[in-house]
Amino acid sequence: MSGRLRQPWLWAWVGAAAVWLATAAFTGGTGSAQVLSAALTFGAFYVIVALGQMFVITLGPGNVDLSIPACMTLAGTVSMKVMGGAAAMLPVGLVLALLIGLGVGTVNFALIRLLRIPPIIATLSSSFIFQSAAIWYNRGLRVKPPEPLADFTTARIAGVPVIALAVAALAVAMHLLLTRTLYGRAVLAIGQNQRAAHLAGIRVERTRALTYLMCATLAGLCGFLLAGFSGGAALNMGEEYLLSSIAVVVIGGTSVAGGYSNVPGLWGAALFLFLLVTMLNTFGAGAGVRLVLTGLIIIGVIVAASGGRRRI
Amino acid sequence: MTATAPIVRLDGVEKRFGAVRALSGVSLDLAAGECLGLVGHNGAGKSTLMNVLSGVLTPDAGRVSIAGQDVTGGYSTANAQAHGVRCVFQELSLCPNLTVAENARISHPAIRGFGWRGQARRLIGNKLGEVFPGHGISPNDLVGDLSIARRQMVEIARAFAVTDRPARVVILDEPTSSLDSVAAGLLLKHVRRFVEGGGTCVLISHLLGEILDTSDRIAVMRDGGVVALDAARAFDRRSLVAAMGSVTEAHGQADAAPKRGTAQPVVRARPLKQPDERELTAHAGEVVGLAGLSGQGQTELLVRIFDRAPGTDVAGPVALVAGDRQSDGVFPLWSIAENIAVGSLRRFKGKWLLDEAGITHFAEDWRRKIGIRTPDVGNPILSLSGGNQQKALFARALGSDARIVVMDDPMRGVDVGTKQEVYGMIREQAAKGRCFLWYTTETDELRNCDHVYVFREGIIAADLPRAEMTEEKVIHASFREDA
Repeated sequence: MSGRLRQPWLWAWVGAAAVWLATAAFTGGTGSAQVLSAALTFGAFYVIVALGQMFVITLGPGNVDLSIPACMTLAGTVSMKVMGGAAAMLPVGLVLALLIGLGVGTVNFALIRLLRIPPIIATLSSSFIFQSAAIWYNRGLRVKPPEPLADFTTARIAGVPVIALAVAALAVAMHLLLTRTLYGRAVLAIGQNQRAAHLAGIRVERTRALTYLMCATLAGLCGFLLAGFSGGAALNMGEEYLLSSIAVVVIGGTSVAGGYSNVPGLWGAALFLFLLVTMLNTFGAGAGVRLVLTGLIIIGVIVAASGGRRRI
Repeated sequence: MTATAPIVRLDGVEKRFGAVRALSGVSLDLAAGECLGLVGHNGAGKSTLMNVLSGVLTPDAGRVSIAGQDVTGGYSTANAQAHGVRCVFQELSLCPNLTVAENARISHPAIRGFGWRGQARRLIGNKLGEVFPGHGISPNDLVGDLSIARRQMVEIARAFAVTDRPARVVILDEPTSSLDSVAAGLLLKHVRRFVEGGGTCVLISHLLGEILDTSDRIAVMRDGGVVALDAARAFDRRSLVAAMGSVTEAHGQADAAPKRGTAQPVVRARPLKQPDERELTAHAGEVVGLAGLSGQGQTELLVRIFDRAPGTDVAGPVALVAGDRQSDGVFPLWSIAENIAVGSLRRFKGKWLLDEAGITHFAEDWRRKIGIRTPDVGNPILSLSGGNQQKALFARALGSDARIVVMDDPMRGVDVGTKQEVYGMIREQAAKGRCFLWYTTETDELRNCDHVYVFREGIIAADLPRAEMTEEKVIHASFREDA
């Protein structure tokens, strides 16, 4: 796929670099390295959920998963409480978080497929159920994560967060999954024309099911890691991931119309989003100004990134 | 007709797409009150030339004048319409989410104000009734719900409809390829009426018979230029084919022995509404035709066979060649290679990843075999002309390992030479044991079939083995006896 289209992921990276340089220029270079390191850590969390969301959005118009925040919260709270801070329980907690993701994905797809509810409604309404389940189970308690988990999520090798390296490896794997496997081709084909995909012999519903399951499982994983990073699961921990999971995908150059997406753009967009907020904070912008500018800049990048492609 | 000044004059028109020279200095005059037939192979430049004439494409060099007025600079679809140039494109240009009447309004801005819906309904309804009596289309129908044949009728009626602007030149690009023989006949009659009333018509078709019967003059295009231009009566089938630069149509049909008898059929299917015990059966090595007027349940049955729906019994994997390539076939964002290989990806599965080099090699192989006009299979599929896109869809199905291939009127927009090659390929593969189910609205193509089922109103109306198949019988079975 590469080479013949103007690389759509380029703009996200250009944006991230520009914002970082602007911040560095303002502060005279002090703290730029720390900012970058923090961006890599927070960006890694964005990328985990955005990978799943990207596959879902690539399935074509109407496909989106809005249950990511609730799934993160449920997976985070349940796994933290079950582990109760004990290092020995770590594998149990991880498996549990992934299974919760798998369960959320199953419920989502069952609503979409069996009850024929549009994905946007299905995942939004299911997320109320999962969020309530998290509240009921946890009752506002903040259980500390096991020591090794907290260490892993905050560890650095030569100044680079370990979690960023791990997620970079995950992104490479997902890139290959998208471009070089039967499953990836099926997702791209369905996103372009679902009927043609069916008539070309692609198993459309199986592919869609796998995609929603994968998206929710990645959200479960992200909830687990984020809870470990931030000293326990909070009931609002997933909140900002609702819009940012979609924003990262779109800024990264994935077509909202489906059938066209890329992984490198996700990293660029995740770094861009984090660095943008940091920059506005550094400039001393108030919360209101910050939100307005964030919105405007995201729109600008999307327009620039789409170039001539979105003319239709 | 030579006495009057030409209504359209194309003078040395050139157009390039990257490295491909689509038009190399075409000069052509159109007079009022004539029908010009335009023939040539896929990719010869016919559609490109008509896109220039209708303002979709701007020529790189040369001039376009209409009624003596040079319109080359700033020519666009909007002022082409204002000059009375209408075009029915090969890739239909109706909005599927709007009704027939609303689509009519889009190209007739004179309809406005209170009650525009009613005006649009009357305009399109009357024109449909005039061109295609008994069309069965309501102006309130959503275009997306219509069959491809009916969408084509709406598109044609819309082009001939007149509000404040005259319809001086109507371009018909492959108008009959989606129509059955009855509707095609009605259209061609209307073209003659229109031309005799002083209008000008350009008719593009791969069906040489209708070109010869309907046109006053015929222009033959090859490799982006007009290579022959003369009165229609100066040509016959053979000389047209020769001018297009392909081997003369071979009429020697395979006289293979009937393959029916003791062998088990690989496909058995009954239409849902079939009142009697008739069913469609197909055996390995057989080419089975599905005939009848268009939209009589042939496509539905093929899709049910593809889906192995209840009521069908299918032994072996099935591949499908779409006829409605926009909605059923082509993946528009992909390259030619990706479009061809999507039916055979399983074969290129390595331990973990797909073998990309293998895929490109496979696509390249099929590009050569079926003659897709492109320098590189890595090019986007939409860089191909309609007929060449269709070839890629053939390559997708023929290249797959399916033992059964169902074809949904697959020759739309495919030129004579390629058709002969594809017929040959089908026969050759059938001889190797593949089974083909072939829905076609062209009676000529049924000669390639070992067995023909004629459909009418969703059921099998006749079951004709090769020896008994005649055009009369097919036509007879296509119509109800009381009609």
